[in-house]
Amino acid sequence: MVARMTPEHRRYTRAVMLLMGGYVATLVGVNLFFKNSAPTGLGAYAAALLPALPVIGVFVAIGRLLTSLRDEYQRYLMTRQILIATGFTLSVATAWGFVESFGLLPHVPAFYATVLWFAGLGFGGCVNALLERRGGGE
Amino acid sequence: MKNRLKVLRAERNWSQADLAEKLEVSRQSVNAIETGKYDPSLPLAFRIADVFELPIEDIFQRGD
Repeated sequence: MVARMTPEHRRYTRAVMLLMGGYVATLVGVNLFFKNSAPTGLGAYAAALLPALPVIGVFVAIGRLLTSLRDEYQRYLMTRQILIATGFTLSVATAWGFVESFGLLPHVPAFYATVLWFAGLGFGGCVNALLERRGGGE
Repeated sequence: MKNRLKVLRAERNWSQADLAEKLEVSRQSVNAIETGKYDPSLPLAFRIADVFELPIEDIFQRGD
């Protein structure tokens, strides 16, 4: 997103690393839980939801980073990156959904939207870098 | 919006990094404003005017 690591970015990186650790731990734990005890009822729903929580936490961390950036141009770049990611995800999900509804594509779990969105963030970062390079500088 | 940032900076012998430090923004931001890729917000434009000790209209002018 930016060339220089600001205190806001350091805090964000720390939070994301912790959340990703939590994601791996809950994913492995919940998989083992379902494999060994085949839970039912509300408990099953609660357990199945657990791996989603750290991922939702990453979205919160991204939101916090965006609002905490003191440099307005960095905020502008990050906003553009997020808009590109969101547009990309919604476009692919909408197109996939229609093609799938006609039986031409297999069903894909909804959490793949998150994977697409992060891929879109990467694409947005490339667009930012490309536009930055076009502008030149010292 | 046009601006005279590059000229004013050169007159004072400041690098983009020097100006960025005075404005408490990134060098990337100074470069984006200077090259016209990004128009600063009014508060940042006033901060730029303060740093150069000039009225805002002596730094920024209407135009593409």
